[in-house]
Order: sequence, then C-alpha cells, then structure tokens
Amino acid sequence: MADSVTAAAPLPTPSRPADPTAGAAPGRPPDTFVDVRTQELQINMGPQHPSTHGVLRVALWVDGEIVTRADPDIGYLHRCAEKIGENVSYIMYVPYTDRYDYLAAMNNNLGYCLAVEKVAELEVPERAQYIRTIAVELNRIASHLMAVGTYGLDVGAFTPFFYAFREREEILRLLEWICGARLTYNFIRIGGVMRDAPEGWVADILKFLDDFERKLDEFDDLLTHNHIFVQRTADVGVIPIEKALAYGLTGPNLRGSGLRYDLRREAPYLLYDRFEFDVPVGTGMKGTLGDCWDRYWVRMLEMRESARICRQAIAQLPEGGEIMAKNVRHLAFKSKPGEGYVGIENPRGEFGYYLISEGGSSSYRSRIRAPSFCNLSILDAILPGTMLGDAVAIIGSIDIVLGEVDR
Amino acid sequence: MDTLVPHLQSAWQWATGSAFAFSLVLSILLVVAFVSVWAMFAVWLERKASADFQVRLGPVYVGPFGLLQSLADGLKLAFKEDLVPRESDRFLFLIAPAIAFCGAFAAFAALPFSPAFAAVDLDLGLFFVVAITAVGVIGVLMAGWSSNNKWSLYGAMREAAQLVSYEVPSALALMVPVLVTGSLNLKEIVGFQCAPIDAGSSGAIYLSANGWLALYSPWTFVAFLVYYVASLAECKRAPFDLPEAESELVSGFHTEYSGLRFSFFFLEEYAMMFVVSAVAVLVFLGGWQPLPFVSLDLGGAAGNAFFAVVFLAKCILLVWVQMWLRWTLPRLRVDQVMVMGYKYLIPVTLGALLLMALYAHWGVRYIPGIV
Repeated sequence: MADSVTAAAPLPTPSRPADPTAGAAPGRPPDTFVDVRTQELQINMGPQHPSTHGVLRVALWVDGEIVTRADPDIGYLHRCAEKIGENVSYIMYVPYTDRYDYLAAMNNNLGYCLAVEKVAELEVPERAQYIRTIAVELNRIASHLMAVGTYGLDVGAFTPFFYAFREREEILRLLEWICGARLTYNFIRIGGVMRDAPEGWVADILKFLDDFERKLDEFDDLLTHNHIFVQRTADVGVIPIEKALAYGLTGPNLRGSGLRYDLRREAPYLLYDRFEFDVPVGTGMKGTLGDCWDRYWVRMLEMRESARICRQAIAQLPEGGEIMAKNVRHLAFKSKPGEGYVGIENPRGEFGYYLISEGGSSSYRSRIRAPSFCNLSILDAILPGTMLGDAVAIIGSIDIVLGEVDR
Repeated sequence: MDTLVPHLQSAWQWATGSAFAFSLVLSILLVVAFVSVWAMFAVWLERKASADFQVRLGPVYVGPFGLLQSLADGLKLAFKEDLVPRESDRFLFLIAPAIAFCGAFAAFAALPFSPAFAAVDLDLGLFFVVAITAVGVIGVLMAGWSSNNKWSLYGAMREAAQLVSYEVPSALALMVPVLVTGSLNLKEIVGFQCAPIDAGSSGAIYLSANGWLALYSPWTFVAFLVYYVASLAECKRAPFDLPEAESELVSGFHTEYSGLRFSFFFLEEYAMMFVVSAVAVLVFLGGWQPLPFVSLDLGGAAGNAFFAVVFLAKCILLVWVQMWLRWTLPRLRVDQVMVMGYKYLIPVTLGALLLMALYAHWGVRYIPGIV
C-alpha cells in the first residue's frame, strides 16, 4: 500500500490566473491592487481515507470548505482480471469473477457464467435457475445493506451500520451454508450451480425474510427519515437524468435520477420474466430528483423488491431435478467459436461480460463492463461546487466497489 | 500567589502559609485523580452505551463488566511511541495536547460537588468555568497547525469556528439563570434553587421556594435546552463532531498524534463532557439536590458525601444523554452547524434572555395572567 502512495503521479498544479492584477479596476495603477483572494488548497483524499470505500484516491482542490475541482484517480487495485481471463480455462476463471465486486460475488459469477453459456450454447436446468435467482437476490440484499450501512457511516451515523450488518450477517450465513464461503462464493458455475439447496435452507430464507422487512422499517426510523440525514443528503449531489445517461450510469444511480430502467425487466435473464416485482425509482421525495437521498432510497426499496422476488422464487422452486447442464466438462478443453455479450443487473448497475471464443479452452478476449467504473466517472462532474462534507456524502451515494473499478 | 507573601512574614504565618500551599497541592492532586478516574469510567461507559445501541457486547474480558478495559488501553497508549512528524512545528506539536487539556482540567477547580466539596469557592465561578474551558481551543488550533497535515488543519479551523460560534449561545443561555439568581457563584446558584419556601423553616426536608432553575420558568427551560445543545458543540460531540469528523477528516486535528499525547486529547474530550454536564446540573438542575421542588439539608461528611453522589449521578446521566445522541444521530454539515448556531440558537437565547429580564422586572415566573 505504501508503494502505491509514493508511486502516485504528482498532482497537476491548479490553474490560477497568471496576472494577479487582471481584475484591477480600469484606470487604477496596478501596484495599488491588493490581492485578498484566499489560497486554493490541494488536498489528497485517499487512497487511505475512511470514506473512499477502498483505495479510491480523489485529488481535491478546495477553497475553504468548497470543492472547486475533483479528480478521481483509480488503479490501486488493478489485478489484470481481464488478461487472466485469456490465460485460464473458462471453468477455472469463475473464482476470479468473485473478486471484481466482492460485495456482490454471486452476481459476478452469474454474469460471467451466462456469457459463457451463451457462447457455448448450454441449457441450464430449471431448478438451477431458481437457485441462482434466490442466491443472486439474497446477495443483492446483502450488497445494498452494506451500501446503506456504510452510507450512514459516511454522514456520521455509526449505529445504522451495525443494524445493517446484523441483517447482512444472516444472509452471509445462508450463503455460507449453501456454498461454504461468506464473500467469494464461486457458487454459480458454468451450466448450473455448485450444489443443490441443502435441506432447511429454503425454510430458513423464508424465516429470515419475514423478519427482514420489519428490520428495514426499523432502519427507516433510525436513518432514512432522520432529519439530519435528510438535511445532509437531500438536494445534495443532484444528477439530472440527461447527465446520468450521458455518463452511462446504471443501476440505482440511474434509477435514482428517475428513469425506470432495470435489466431484469428490460432484458430478462434467468427467469425474471416469471416474477412480479416493481422497479423503484427516485421521485425527489425529500428534495430534488436525483439527489443523494433518492439514490439511497432506491436501494432501500430495492431490498424489499428483492425479498419479494426471493419469496416468489422459493414458491415456484421445482422439487428435485438436475442442477447442472450436460456436457460442461468439455469446456475445459474446447469450446464453440463465437462471441457474446451478456448484461445483468448487478446491485451497482449493468454488469456486462463480453467474450470472444476461438474454440480453445480459454477465451480469446474477455471484457468486463463494470458498473462502478462507469458510475465513478461522474464524480468530477458533480463534485465541484459542493462542500467537503457533501463530497463524502456523494461518493458514498454512488456506491462504488474498487475491486470492480480497477479489476 | 500574592497572598503567600504576607504569610511569610512571621513563623506563625509561615506555618499557615505552608498549610495553604499544602492544601493547594492536595486539591490539585485530588482533581487530577478525579479527572483520570472519571475519564476511564466515561470511556468505559461510552463503549458500553454504544455497544448497547449497536447490538454488541462492548468490553467484557478485562475486569468485571470490562471495567478495567480503559486502564488496559491507557497502559497501551502510554507504551506507544511518541511520534512527531518530521515536518511538523516540533515545539507547538509537543505542547498542544497539554494546553488543550489544561482548559478542561482547570475548570474542575471551580466546580462544587457538594456544599463543602469544592477545590475553590469562586465568586465568579460560572464565569471562570466558561472562560477557562474556551482555552482548550488554542491547544486544538496549535495541534492542527503544527501537524503540517491538511486534514488536521481543517479540523482545527472547524473547531475554532464552531467554538467561537457556540460560546455565544451557551454563555447567553447561562445568563438567563444568572439574571434570576443575581449571582455568578455556582454555590449560590444552587443555594437559590434549594432555598426554603419560608425562611423560618428548619429540618432535613423542606419545600423549596424556587425549585430547579430548568423548571423555574419557560424561559429558563429554553435556556437549559439551548445550553445543552451548545455544550454538545463545545465539547465536539455528535452531531457537532466536525473537528474530528472521521469520515471527512480522517481524525481531524489529532490525526498525527499517537501514544500519550493522543490520550491527552481524549482526556480533554471526556473531561469537557463532565464539565459542561456539571455546569448544566449546577445551574439548571439543582446541583446536588435530588428532587426538583423538595430540598434536603444535610450536614457533616456523610451528608456531603450523599450530595456529591447525587451530583455525580446527575452528571453521569447528562453525559449518558450525550452518548445516546452521539450513537443515534448523523453528523451535520459544517455550514448547517453555523446556521444552527447563528440563525436559531442565538436569537432564541436572546429572546429568552429578554423575556426573562422583563419577567424578573415584573416579578412573575410563568405566563402573566395564566399561571
């Protein structure tokens, strides 16, 4: 970590007017002009900073408490994930996908596996599809809990974080039960899932969901409608819908700006066309449409929707049956030539996987469209003009995971 | 010290002078001991309180109920390396924690714990406490400036702005009860609150004429609320913890400090929490009297000890409320803190002060014509 700090590129000097007398009144001799401007301060936020959510570095130019310019700097967690995809076989690559967005590893597994299945033309059994859906939606809840909990921390509320983690812990227990890991699951495999749902798993999920919705109400009382929290987040970091589209935002950040766009609804994958669920969007309830509070609120609502989807998937889950497609093993040696792109709705937006196969055991090119990467790009457009405290609130509301930004 | 000089003129007077010096040293030692024990207890209480709010256990292993955890932490801090950043202003950096601590520490001298337990009985006690606690900000400013760290500087500047803004409403709010009692002596202010309803009454328990000042009139109640809110800001507690706002400024002004020097800032914070709570208790909540409208008159060491326990219990309760707020509320933004101080607290206090002055002039306590 220390190396990455010293290796960081020097900050460019902020642009300042060359001639300090440029603003002097006409007809006045320049030497009587008194320059009373305060000095602009250049400050380095991250990569070691409590609220940059990992190793993001934002170079800030500030005038007192006001941010005049922001320059996000990424790459501290680059691990050549795409290049590795060209060197290991399709099956061996699944665990690497866990490590992009480590808070939503199930979703990454799914995106990659769907892309391989599309290229290899594999048929996934129905039971496996349902188990995938349940796992992915539980993972989405866990990821959103982390997002809203740490968002509380960003604006200075410590306790909601623990409440969110208490629920997240329960989900991690359920996911650990089915695949043995709490964070990097490697559960969704090419052609199906790693193993069938253990006995009692589904019943435990239902028990958890019953409790969970009440706990969300509690969370709303503690944080969502807290007056100080609303003051800190409403009307802050407003992203108009045109800007959101121009910067390629997806996921809750786009929906927070009011566009009802969700890949589960627009381009259903898995079995999402069989479930009834709403796509919550921001409405500017507490302030302007597209502010930090709206993005936060969309996440809160999405957790309830995910719970709904989970219930329906459990109700429809077929008894018994295969959980793995046939003819998967040959992928370790050869695949069909071709290419394919699959985009799924990750908790952070559109997670896309583009794969080119030349027929060998590994891909010719794997390319990841990481939602956090695109969402992050809007920072330098919306940070200038806000205050230092707002900057923290905005970065938190974008909800980035650096593992996915840097890959 | 001027008073010491005539004492030295004769042997007899020299003896009394040394007794005075001895009592002075003894009271300083007592205050130091009290502040240290208090800080350890308060840290433990904070950790237990936050654990209760956050569905955790808090410290459990070191000592009964984890009570000795603070001692263990203190030892750990004492043995840590005393780091001084190379590019810092060394002298200011080293002296800043002591100055920050001095302000809060000196205030203890003027706090009466019971009718007889007080290091010094100052006629201007309340004024002294308000003035001396403001000294701490100089230490914080020095720490922030000398650290040669931009985040520290931010913390120090925020602290200075915040303290200067909130001294005004808190001092104005304290003026309201002073207006009623006509005294700045903390003992006399408590004495006003437990004055008997008829002067001739005697006995251990009697009805008080005025009762606690917080309940004395609507305007003193408003003053109490304003003082409590402003005092949160003065001791940098949430939701006004901007000088050390962790998510924004890493650790604010004490980012670069380690070991014992860091612990002095820590001590200062907890000492300040006690001081502001103690002032609130003494001025608004009847000091060492356990009940609002019924007062006790107990003499002797036992009576004084009982009063001191009551006083401490009230202080701990107010400190606990500070902790409760801290672990419940998010943090305000820096401009919102200023808006709160200048646009709401100061006008409200000025209004309360004016109305209280008029009421005191007419000799009424509540709403004329209604109560």
